[in-house]
Amino acid sequence: MSHPMPLFGSATLLLALGLSIYAFLAGGFSLWAIAGGRALAVAPERIRETSRRAGIASFIAVSCSAFALVWAAYTNDFSVDYILHHTSRDLAWYYKFSALWSGQEGSLLLWAWLLTGYGFVLRLRHKTDVTLHAYASTILAGIQIFFFLLVVFVAQPFAIVPGGVAPVDGFGLNPLLQYAEMVIHPPMLYLGYVGFSVPFAFALGALMMRYPGEKWIAITRRWTMVTWLFLTCGILLGMHWAYAVLGWGGYWGWDPVENASLMPWLTGTAFLHSVMMQEKRGMMKTWNVWLIFVTFMLTILGTLLTRSGLVSSVHAFAQSSIGNWFIAFLVLTAAVCIFTFLYNRDHLRAENHLESLVSRESSFLFNNLVLLAACFTVLWGTLFPVLSEYVQGSKVTMGAPFYNRVAVPIGIFLLFLTGVGPLLAWRSTSLRAIRRNFVLPSISIILTTVVLLIAGVRPWSSASQADGAVTSNLYALVCIALSVGVITAIITEFLRGANVVRTQTGKNLLESTILLTRRNTRRYGGYLVHFGIVLMFIGLAGAAFNQSKEAEMSFGDSINLDGYKIVCQSYSQDSNPNYDSEFALLDVFHNGKKIVRLAPERRVYFVNTDHAQPATIVAIHSTLENDLYVVFEGTNPDNDKPIIKFFINPLVNWIWMGLVVVVFGTFIALVPKLKTSSQRLEVAFPVPSGLPLGGNLQRTPSPLNSPEGPHV
Amino acid sequence: MYKRSMQLLLVVFVAFTMLGATSPSARFQRLGHDLMCTCGCSEILLECNHVGCPNSTAEIADLRAQLNAGASDAAIFKFFVSKYGPTVLAEPVRGGFDDVAWIGPFAFLLLGIVLVLFLLRVWQKRHARLAPALPNLPPQTVDALRERIRKETNYGE
Repeated sequence: MSHPMPLFGSATLLLALGLSIYAFLAGGFSLWAIAGGRALAVAPERIRETSRRAGIASFIAVSCSAFALVWAAYTNDFSVDYILHHTSRDLAWYYKFSALWSGQEGSLLLWAWLLTGYGFVLRLRHKTDVTLHAYASTILAGIQIFFFLLVVFVAQPFAIVPGGVAPVDGFGLNPLLQYAEMVIHPPMLYLGYVGFSVPFAFALGALMMRYPGEKWIAITRRWTMVTWLFLTCGILLGMHWAYAVLGWGGYWGWDPVENASLMPWLTGTAFLHSVMMQEKRGMMKTWNVWLIFVTFMLTILGTLLTRSGLVSSVHAFAQSSIGNWFIAFLVLTAAVCIFTFLYNRDHLRAENHLESLVSRESSFLFNNLVLLAACFTVLWGTLFPVLSEYVQGSKVTMGAPFYNRVAVPIGIFLLFLTGVGPLLAWRSTSLRAIRRNFVLPSISIILTTVVLLIAGVRPWSSASQADGAVTSNLYALVCIALSVGVITAIITEFLRGANVVRTQTGKNLLESTILLTRRNTRRYGGYLVHFGIVLMFIGLAGAAFNQSKEAEMSFGDSINLDGYKIVCQSYSQDSNPNYDSEFALLDVFHNGKKIVRLAPERRVYFVNTDHAQPATIVAIHSTLENDLYVVFEGTNPDNDKPIIKFFINPLVNWIWMGLVVVVFGTFIALVPKLKTSSQRLEVAFPVPSGLPLGGNLQRTPSPLNSPEGPHV
Repeated sequence: MYKRSMQLLLVVFVAFTMLGATSPSARFQRLGHDLMCTCGCSEILLECNHVGCPNSTAEIADLRAQLNAGASDAAIFKFFVSKYGPTVLAEPVRGGFDDVAWIGPFAFLLLGIVLVLFLLRVWQKRHARLAPALPNLPPQTVDALRERIRKETNYGE
């Protein structure tokens, strides 16, 4: 046994595949027997239990496999082809760990590991609802089989180098990935992608078994929210990585791989909103089921785009035949979803209907429509080059200008709905309530617009015209004004609720607000998430006012930009075993006072690679108002002077602050709400069958008595 | 009155869309942001930050030359497409099938709006047809029902 650890890794992967196949077959067989009341030699419940345990064991097996790969990285086992191509002896220890997901084979192994990890938790928590969990577990096992087939037969992480003789050193990790955020960005994103398998499995399982009531939504609510949070963090961390590493001054380039992560986020967000309609009113059942089906399929489509070479991307994996596997899986998934839906569609009949156009329900409908339109736009933009090549014979570029023209207005409409939706009541909103709820936000929008105009944000100004930025400045003006309106609406909602609590309890405003939030964590956590998203919108709007300047800077040279004076103190070169670097030391002054020294750097990585690869280390001075973003672009070959590019990027910090608020808000929404005595209130009364509310009250326990509480 | 309002709206729209159409530097900026650098960096032409990039430098020079020669936007795009290929355009603006790219998302949104409005109308009608008249419930039941509704929809619950 010359390669014991790779052999161990391969064997455990094969074991995990076998266990997943068993979990799928045994689960499916037992559920078929139970559903039909068929008698078997062995009780179907016992077979179902063995399926569950096999699913748990598959997680342990693939964990061993992941450990084997990490072990190979840490012990510099370059006999493993994957380790040879993605690590080297000089690579820092934490990047050796991240090598697990820096290539196709490793990242697929990570995917399989996370999938079985989610399945592990799901299978441990099966007592919540044994049958539904069994369905979900079996469906998850089916998905596991696909990913294990990939890592066992197509993209093997433990493949031995040709000849079996380990080279002295590896090729190293892609320099662009040698960045702290790259250690956590991919796992976060994958946790988000993979996590949507769980609500998908529950939705499909609930539909297959014609699950009565909406409990499956309550069971999957936290799964979906956690998954959504992971995906949000993954996307934002990716944006920050692009901002800090790629050195082009922006954070979102509408690259197909970026788009691939945004699409399931948009449909997942739509799902998180529209399930409330089902919980509250028993409406939109078909819609919800299809939303989560589509979200799951979009995660697979995103992976297909990333790995198949179907679309050009700066950070897609190499083109490979693996795309065909994903296409096959996608088709199979769609077929199963369509068949299950057609077979059981009568189960999804809505129990209530809309009563008023001006209601929370209709706002959710429009919210969903806009989110789907945004998703379609992104999908359309991503795939149109392929379509164009098919129709016209030539590819076209769908760059940022296309998305800015199409997606930005849709985004602004969504922002508008973010403000309007929570202000409308369920069923119907009276004119008086509209007046009461909308006055303050409207005033704040008007005031903000006036203040911004006075402050010089004038889309029609000659400066805007000279920059060709009339439209973008107008969008920014509308976006910021609307954002302030939405924030006002959120604050008003908190204050209005806190005042009620204060009247009831006699506590002060702060304590009342905290109590209010604890009493309905989901509602007020949701408002905080909205607040975070609005902060992000403000940050995104700042991009309309970006400025940049490029200059050659030798010792003592200075430039002025937007109130900053930047003086070059020195520029030099350095070298270490991993890379060569050139850098400049720049002192930054604001109002005549030195505030920071920045050191933008340009590295050329060369260790064990057959070609040098440049990388940018951007220097950033961040404030709430703007970022001073400095890039060392290179040196002028004629005089060896460094060429530095300076960007002023307004409000970028608001995006990252928004993420923090979103995380906080989601955590609040995940916390069980404070139980009050009123929650146990039971009201017995005869309910006529036709009474709209009565139908719900008879069918399901009161939201007040349910573990999840009333939902907003 | 309605006609006058529409005319005013049209004038404002035309005036707004014509803003910034004449400045040469605005044209350079606008067109420079509608073209791609073709070195493979996937950057907008005026945002490519590669020192000594052979493609972007030449493209920018071409753009300036075309602008100085007084070429129209369409002629400039045509020149770039013939010299660098269709992927040099940052967005599909050649007309023909390219227009489908622009129509697609808005058609989807429009279709969605029509569908949602149709659904709302159907649901409203169905609700009006199916909703029965409230039966005569005892006052204490009505009060309890009202209390429950209040609690389920009130703040802090």
